[in-house]
Amino acid sequence: MLNQIRPAIIMIVFFTVLTGLIYPIGMTGIAQALFPNQANGSLIEKDGKVVGSELIGQAFASDNYFHGRPSAAGDGYNAASSSGSNLGPTNPKLIDRIKADAEKLKAENPGAPVPMDLVTTSGSGLDPHISPEAAYFQVARVAKARGVDEAKIKSLVDSHVESRELGFMGEQVVNVLALNLALDDATKQ
Amino acid sequence: MTLFGWIQILVYCGIVVLLVKPLGGYMYRVFNGDRTFLSPVLVPIERGLYRISGTSEREEQHWTSYAAGIMFFSLASFLVLYVLQRLQGALPYNPAGMTAVEQNLAFNTAVSFVTNTNWQNYGGESTMSYLVQMAGLTVQNFMSAAVGIAIAVALIRGFARHSVKSIGNFWVDMTRCTLYILLPLCIVLTLVYVWLGMPQTLGPYVNATTLEGAQQTIAVGPVASQIAIKMLGTNGGGFFNANAAHPFENPDAISNLIQMVTIFALGAALTNVFGRMVGNQRQGWAILAAMGVLFIAGVAVCYWAEASGNPLVHALGIDGGNMEGKETRFGIALSALFAVITTAASCGAVNAMHDSFTALGGLIPMINMQLGEVIVGGVGAGFYGIMMFIVVAVFVAGLMVGRTPEYLGKKIEAKEVKMAMLAILALPLVMLVFTAIAVVLPSAVASMANGGPHGFSEVLYAYTSAAANNGSAFGGLSGNTPWYNITLGITMWVGRFFVIIPALAIAGSLAAKKTVPASAGTFPTDGTLFVGLLVGVILIVVGLTFFPALAIGPIVEHLAMIHGQTF
Repeated sequence: MLNQIRPAIIMIVFFTVLTGLIYPIGMTGIAQALFPNQANGSLIEKDGKVVGSELIGQAFASDNYFHGRPSAAGDGYNAASSSGSNLGPTNPKLIDRIKADAEKLKAENPGAPVPMDLVTTSGSGLDPHISPEAAYFQVARVAKARGVDEAKIKSLVDSHVESRELGFMGEQVVNVLALNLALDDATKQ
Repeated sequence: MTLFGWIQILVYCGIVVLLVKPLGGYMYRVFNGDRTFLSPVLVPIERGLYRISGTSEREEQHWTSYAAGIMFFSLASFLVLYVLQRLQGALPYNPAGMTAVEQNLAFNTAVSFVTNTNWQNYGGESTMSYLVQMAGLTVQNFMSAAVGIAIAVALIRGFARHSVKSIGNFWVDMTRCTLYILLPLCIVLTLVYVWLGMPQTLGPYVNATTLEGAQQTIAVGPVASQIAIKMLGTNGGGFFNANAAHPFENPDAISNLIQMVTIFALGAALTNVFGRMVGNQRQGWAILAAMGVLFIAGVAVCYWAEASGNPLVHALGIDGGNMEGKETRFGIALSALFAVITTAASCGAVNAMHDSFTALGGLIPMINMQLGEVIVGGVGAGFYGIMMFIVVAVFVAGLMVGRTPEYLGKKIEAKEVKMAMLAILALPLVMLVFTAIAVVLPSAVASMANGGPHGFSEVLYAYTSAAANNGSAFGGLSGNTPWYNITLGITMWVGRFFVIIPALAIAGSLAAKKTVPASAGTFPTDGTLFVGLLVGVILIVVGLTFFPALAIGPIVEHLAMIHGQTF
C-alpha cells in the first residue's frame, strides 16, 4: 500500500508540468502564431482604439443604435463578470421584469409582436446576438432617431442576418455590435 | 419544437455513434499496450516515468493496490490544487492580480476538480489567476478524467479475465490514458477552438471603449486549452462564470457541436472497448442501446418543455419558447440538447442556465444525475456506474428464473451484488440527507435565489450534482458559504470514492473467478430483452428513491406554473 506513495508524488509533479505548463503555454504560442486575432479575443479596433470584441455583446441604450438583449452580467454586459439571471420560471421578479421591458418595447413599436429574446436575459449576459425578428423590430426606432429612410436601415439589417452554421446548426442571428458599426458607417454625415 | 431542432439532435447522435468503433478500437489498443502511431515518441517518455516512479508496465496490481494508488494520487492532487489556490497572489501568471482563495472555497474547489465534479462556487474570471487555471485546474481536468477511465478499464479486465489476482496497473493505465488519448486529442481540439474564436493568451484583460463611450473590461486568458479537456474529460468546470454559455467559451454552433460530441465521445467508446475486451462487441452495443433509450427520452421531454415555454410569460402577450438564460446563437433545441448531454454524462458544463429552465425542462437534468449518470456517463465513471446496475439487473433476472445469475460467464454472487448496492445507495443517501438538512437550516435556506418549490429544487440540484460528480448547477443558489462549501465537498468525495472502491472490489472479485461456459439456461445479455431489463431496473431503483423529492420540487412547480402561480 505505502509503496504507492512515491509514484503518486512523482506522477502529480510530472503531469502538472506537462499538462499544466507545457501544454497550455505551448498551445498559447502556437495559437498566437496561427490565429492571432482569435487568440487575443477577436477584438475590433476603430481609429486605433479597441471598441469591443466581435464575440462579446455590449450595452446600447441610445435610440440611435440597435439594442442587444437585457443582461445579467454585472450592471449589464460586464465582460469581466459573466452571468445569467438565474431567475426561475415562477419567480415574480422574472415576470415583472419581462412585463416592464415588454411595455417599453410595445410603446416603441405598437402593433408588432414583442420578440422573446428582447425581453429575456442570455445565459452569459454577454450574448453578442439578437434574432432577426428582434433586429427588424427596432428598425423604425433607429431610422427615426437617425433621420434616415426605414428601407435603408432595413436593408442594412438584411445584410447582417447570419444564416445557420452549415445550413442547419444553430439559429439565424444578427451581431449587434457589427450591425451598429455598419450603421455608423452607412449614415455618416 | 421545430424540424431544424430535431435534425440538429439526430445529426449529433449520428456523429457520436459513428465515432464509437474507431475510438473504441484505438483505446483498446492503448490499454492493451499494443503499438500505436504515437508509440515511437511516447514509449521512451512512458518508460522513464515508470522507472522514476518505481513501477513498470509489466507490473500488475491486486485491486487493493490499484485502489490505494488512486487514493494516494487523489490526495496528492488535492494538496497541490489547494496550495496553488491559497498562494496564487504570490505566484506568477496573475495579470488580474487575484488574491488568495478563501480556505473553505479552496477546499471545495480542490475536492471538486479532483473528483471530476467541477462544481464551482466561484466565478473563474473574477477569482482564479491564469496559473491556477492552468497548473491547478487544467491539470485536474486531465487527471480526474484519466483516473475515471483507468477504473473503467480495470473493471472491464475483471469481466474479461479469469482465475487471476490482478486487474492491471493504475499508474500505467492513467499515464497511457493521458499521453495517448487525452493530450493528443486536446492539442488538436485547442487549435480548432481558437480558430473558431476562443481566446488563448497569457496577456491581461482587455479594456475597450464601447460605441456609446462606456468602458468595458473584457476578460480573456488561456481559454481554449482548458476547454478542450473540460469537455473531452467530462469535467465541465468553466474558465468563465457563465461556462459554455460565454461566447469566448463557446463562440458558435460549430464549437457547440464539437463540445457536445467530445462530452460523449470517450464514454460511448468505452462500451466498445468493453465489447472488444470480453470478445463480443455486441455486449458493448447492448449497453449503449440501453443508454440511448434513456437519452432520447430525456432529450424529447426537455426539448418539448423548453419549446413550450413559460405560460406566465405567454400571459403577457409574448409568444415563444423559454429563452431566459439561453443564448441566441444556440436557441432552444441546442440548449435543451446540451443540458441533457451534460447531465447524462458527468460533464456539468452548461450552455444555458438550468436554473431558468421551465420546471419540467429542469427536471430532466436532475433525473439524469440521479440515475447515477449512467447514460454514457462521465469518462469511465459512467461505465463503471452502469456496470453496477448491470450486476443488479442480472441478479434480478436470476431471481426471476431461479438460477445463479451469470454475466459473461462469471457467476454474480452475494459479494458483487452487495458492492453494487453499496455504490448505488451511497449516492441517494448523501443527496437526500444533505438536502433535507439544508432546507431546515436557516443559513442554508438564505442562499436560495428563488422562492417556493424552485428554491427547494436549487438545493436538491446542488447535492444531486455534487454526489453525481456532475458540477452543473441551478446557479442562483449562493454556494460560497461555509455550509455549502464543506457539505458539498463531502458529498463530492462520497460520490466519487464510494462508487470507485466498490467497483474495484467487484473487478478484483470477478477477475479471480473461473469462467462458466454458456449453456441453454444462460440469459443472453446482448439482446433487446436484456436492454429492456436494464432500463427497467435503472428506472425503478432511481424512480422509487427520488420520486418524493422530485414531487415537492419541479413537479409541484410545473403544476403551479401552468396555473399561473408565482412564488
